Amino acid sequence: MKYKSQKVAYWFFAFSMLLLILQIIYGFIMAFAHLGYDNLHPVIAFNTARAVHTNLLVVWLLSGFMGAAYYIIPEEAEYELVNVKLAYIQLITLALVGVTAVIGYHFNYWEGRKFLEIPRPLDWLVVANVLTFLGIILTTLFKGKKRTTTSLVLTMGLVFAALLYLPGMIWFDNQTMDSFFRWWVVHLWVEGVWELIMGGILAFLLIKITGVDREVIEKWLYVIVGLTFISGILGTGHHYYYIGVGKVWLIVGGIFSALEPLAFLAMALFAIAMYRKGEKKHPNKIALSWTLGTAIVSFVGAGLLGLAHTLPQVNMYTHGTLVTAMHGHLAFWGAYGMIVLAFISYSLPNLTGRKLYDSNRGVLAFWLSNIGMLGMTVAFGVAGVAQVYLERRVGLEFGDVQKEIQVHFLILIICATMFTTGIGLFIAEFIRYGQPTDEALIAATDHDA
Amino acid sequence: MLSKSQAKVFFLGGTMVTFVIFLGLSWNSLSKEVPKRTHEENLTAQVVAGKHIWEKNNCMGCHTILGEGAYYAPELTKVYERRGEAYIKVALMTKTPWQPRGRQMVAYGMSDKDASDVVAFLKWIGEIDLNGFPPKPDLKK
Ligand code: HEM
Ligand code: HEM
Ligand SMILES: [Fe+2]
Repeated sequence: MKYKSQKVAYWFFAFSMLLLILQIIYGFIMAFAHLGYDNLHPVIAFNTARAVHTNLLVVWLLSGFMGAAYYIIPEEAEYELVNVKLAYIQLITLALVGVTAVIGYHFNYWEGRKFLEIPRPLDWLVVANVLTFLGIILTTLFKGKKRTTTSLVLTMGLVFAALLYLPGMIWFDNQTMDSFFRWWVVHLWVEGVWELIMGGILAFLLIKITGVDREVIEKWLYVIVGLTFISGILGTGHHYYYIGVGKVWLIVGGIFSALEPLAFLAMALFAIAMYRKGEKKHPNKIALSWTLGTAIVSFVGAGLLGLAHTLPQVNMYTHGTLVTAMHGHLAFWGAYGMIVLAFISYSLPNLTGRKLYDSNRGVLAFWLSNIGMLGMTVAFGVAGVAQVYLERRVGLEFGDVQKEIQVHFLILIICATMFTTGIGLFIAEFIRYGQPTDEALIAATDHDA
Repeated sequence: MLSKSQAKVFFLGGTMVTFVIFLGLSWNSLSKEVPKRTHEENLTAQVVAGKHIWEKNNCMGCHTILGEGAYYAPELTKVYERRGEAYIKVALMTKTPWQPRGRQMVAYGMSDKDASDVVAFLKWIGEIDLNGFPPKPDLKK
């Protein structure tokens, strides 16, 4: 038995999938520009395509997290969402702010601060929107019958993510200060509080899918988020090596950021161990693949590929090159893209009452998107390492180096096509499930399904 | 074996301790190091005006500065030293599309004043003490 108000989650997921498609289109525009075909430049210059690509990424992930929270909190708290109508309004206003921002980016209405391009007036609307969301979640949790560790960790992640948005809204005359606080948003999100969100969602999925005792899962959840913060907060220093602050960050940032992969390793080991321990009876194998997949790929993309360039001696050379783009893709995909897709795969059968989880299409979607993204990572990586060598060590001109490495973008586009095919199949399945119903939710169960 | 409440203490305690250290180090950096390393005395109204133009046009959407930004166009931290004022001003003021080695830059057609403001900003950026970044190409003959 589930809760009727969980239905609202479906629409957040649908919005999320729409933005993912748009994000990919703008990714292709940039990949072609790198390949030398920047024909759209007069209409969509590279900086426009980039701002749209990365902002849509953040918004589809946030929309996915919000949908997951609207689904998880009622079930964990054993209480319907306090105001479903407001949740729908929150989604619509989120969409409106998003659309305005994206259109604005095509007309030079933005702020040139990587990842935080949304202009300040719109920032305030984002804040109002997120406060509405948190209001609904927190009141439901407060009025609910239970406050589980899983729901508390998830909620804590969401609340901190909102708070950390604020340092990014302050204006600084000094570029170094600007950069310093930009990382309080960007780094402390992806290597801090978003890991709480990921951990909370992962714990919920593991409880439902493996059937392992909640007490065991939640104990390890505390250990994981403990490792996250202990390494990740001081790990912020790995962005402070070369921006105009002191040498102490070379040591502090180097040591603590090198410990960050432990949290991701713990997450991967935890997911695998719980799977082994569990009864393996849950029929939704596709959700299981995405759940184990996110734990493993995030360790590779964020943990290992992050570690690869996090020591100051290495970062001196790789800082601000395509090596960063390599890591950015697999980390975002593995940790946050895949957890959202895992949650969608798990929840759709319960929301719609259709049990389409044995389809080959779903399996193919998983493998094509993952292998495609891995290929893209390799293409960015090879281009990046060559760039570092030729530009930073041999001392060739930027433009000459870019000509040398252009061919790797052809490979990137081929792999991206494979990735996109996978995502296309995932979305085709999403559509095939149809819309959520109250009856489906009332009938839904996890264990003898 | 570790119990759930011990795990919780590990999480809350560890977070608190590292967070306090982080705030302390940040305070020290911002109040003591930044003014010296960035030569705050040279942060004139013109430099700030240049920063506004830099942000308003999202230059970071193609270039990197202090190693942050996009990878479509060159790193600009040391561009003042590398190219000099005249070259940069031409790039910013030209009204005809410009594509060095096939990479297209927006033809901003800036006024002389705006272009000078951006140059002042880039000059100030170039003087920040960055612990040796960008590295000197060690294999260059
Ligand atoms: C899911 C977690 C992670 C995500 C989504 C992620 C994503 C990113 C992104 C998008 C950037 C570029 C940021 C910018 O330039 O504005 C970046 C930079 C960086 N990341 Fe991560 N990251 C994650 C985890 C990690 C971890 C665990 C490590 C270290 C072990 C790490 C090390 C680095 C380093 C050193 C840079 C700076 C690159 C440079 O100097 O240009 N990351 N990351
Ligand atoms: C068809 C798929 C995609 C293509 C062709 C593509 C291509 C690109 C390109 C060319 C860049 C710009 C690098 C530059 O500044 O020069 C970029 C940036 C970025 N993309 Fe994608 N992308 C795709 C999908 C994705 C997906 C699915 C994600 C996340 C899950 C993602 C996350 C990012 C991030 C975080 C950045 C900023 C990286 C940084 O600044 O270091 N992209 N992408
Ligand atoms: Fe980081």
